[in-house]
Amino acid sequence: MVSTESNGKIKMIGIIDYGMGNLRSVAKALELLGADVTVTADLSELSTAEKLVLPGVGAFGDGMKNLHSLGLVDFLGTEVLTNKKPLIGICLGMQLLAKEGFERGHHTGLGWIDASVRKFDFSGHHGGNANQVLKVPHVGWNDVKFTDGEQNLNSIFNGLKDGVSFYFVHSYHMICQDKSDVAAICNYGYDFTAAVHRDNIFGTQFHPEKSQDAGLKVLENYINLKI
Amino acid sequence: MLKIRIIPSLLLKEGRCVKGIRFTSFRDTGNPVTAARIYDAQGADELLFIDILASKENRKTLFDIVSRTAEECFMPLCVGGGIKDTDDIRKLLLAGADKISINTAAIENPKFINKAAEIFGNQCIVVSIDVKKSGAGQHSVIGSDSEYEVFSHCGTKPTGLDPVQWAKQVVEQGAGEILLTSIDQEGTRTGYDLDLLKAVADAVEVPVIASGGVGSLQDFVDGIKKGHASAVSAGSIFHFTDQSIIKARTYLAEAGINVRSRELR
Repeated sequence: MVSTESNGKIKMIGIIDYGMGNLRSVAKALELLGADVTVTADLSELSTAEKLVLPGVGAFGDGMKNLHSLGLVDFLGTEVLTNKKPLIGICLGMQLLAKEGFERGHHTGLGWIDASVRKFDFSGHHGGNANQVLKVPHVGWNDVKFTDGEQNLNSIFNGLKDGVSFYFVHSYHMICQDKSDVAAICNYGYDFTAAVHRDNIFGTQFHPEKSQDAGLKVLENYINLKI
Repeated sequence: MLKIRIIPSLLLKEGRCVKGIRFTSFRDTGNPVTAARIYDAQGADELLFIDILASKENRKTLFDIVSRTAEECFMPLCVGGGIKDTDDIRKLLLAGADKISINTAAIENPKFINKAAEIFGNQCIVVSIDVKKSGAGQHSVIGSDSEYEVFSHCGTKPTGLDPVQWAKQVVEQGAGEILLTSIDQEGTRTGYDLDLLKAVADAVEVPVIASGGVGSLQDFVDGIKKGHASAVSAGSIFHFTDQSIIKARTYLAEAGINVRSRELR
C-alpha cells in the first residue's frame, strides 16, 4: 500500500505526455497503487507534481524532438537538476536521460546521465545457445541483478530478490560511463544497463507497468521514495 | 538470461472469446476480459488478442476489450485483427496494447510495415503469417514432398507467397517479431508444424512466436527445442483441456527450458 504524508494526502505523480507511446498503463498502474496521477504536457501542472515519470516507446530522435517542441527540455532540466524533483524514465524515457543516442542517426539526449545509447551488437560475443543467433529486439522477460551497491533506502528494488524478471522490449541499450549510475544489469549476449539511479534521477529499461507483480513493486517503491 | 514466453492466444468475435479448428467452426469460449484476468493471475508472460471479425463496425468493441484488459492486467498485450492503417495502430496503443499484429494489410501493402515501424518502432510491430500446405502454391524450400503457402484474409485467400521468403521480406521491411501459425495444425491439438517453424525461425533474426496445434505440454517443448521458437502460443489447450499456464511453466522448466520464475523475494 502507498504510504501517505502526515496530512493524509497521497502524492501526486506527473506522467509526462510528450506523444510517445502508451501512457495509460503507467497511469493505471500508479492509480492502482494509490497514487494521485496526472498525465499531461502542461508545464504548470507538471510543476505541481511531487514526482515525475518520463515513459516512452519509439525512437530516440523522435522522443527528443517532441520534448524540445513542447518546451520540456529546459523545464525538466530545472525541475530535476535544480529543484531536485524525483523523475523516473521508463524504456525510451530512460534512454533519453543519456548524453547521446545512435538510433537512426546521432542525437543529443537530455544528458543527465553520462551515457550513450547504442544498438545491441553481438559481434565478438557468444550469445546463449551456440546454435542460435541472438534475436533483436530483445523481447520478453529477463532477470536483473541489482548493483546499487550500498544499503540503499532509496532503491526502487526494495523488497525484491536479486534475479527477479521484468519485461523488456527494445533494440537499443544504454552504456554508462560512470558505473555508479548503474542500478541494475541484465544479460542478453552481454551485460547491459537495466536500470539507472543518480540522486533523484531513476530509470528502468524494462517496463514496470508491464511486469506484473515485480513491476508493480518497483512503481510502489518509487511512489514511496522519500527524497 | 532471456526467458521463453508462454502466450495464451484469445480469438475475439463480437466481444466474445471464440475458438475453432483450422480457422473455421468457431465456438464461444467466454468473456475475454475475464479470461485475461485468469491468465494474468496464472502468470502468462504475454497475451495475444486477435479479432477475427475485424470489421470497421466492430472496432470499438476491440478497443474497449483492450482498454479494460490493460486497466487490470499489467502485462504485455499484443493485439491484431484487421489492422489496416496507422490510425488503428495508434488507437490500439493508446488503449493499452504494447504490440500490434498485422497480417493481410502487410501482404496487400508491404510498405505499410515500414511506415508502421518508423512511426511506432519495430519492436511494436508483429507480422502474423498464416501458412497452409497447399498444392497450388510455389514450391517451398522446406521439404521436397510438401509445399507451403502463405494465406491471407483469415486463412481464406492463397497468396502464392513462400513463408520463409515472406518472413525474410517482412523483417527487412521492419517487423520486430513474427507470429507464425500453421492453419493445418490450428485447433487440432496434434502439435506445432515443427518443419515450418524451424525453417522460418532459422531464417530470420527476429523472435518467432509459434502458433497453431498445441495439444500437450510436450508440444511446447518441441516448439522450442526442435522448432527454435522464441515464444510459444496456444489457444485450445488452455480453453478445452485442464492444462494451465502454471502446469506449462513447470513442465517447461523440468524439460530444462529457461522460463520465468514468479518468486519475487
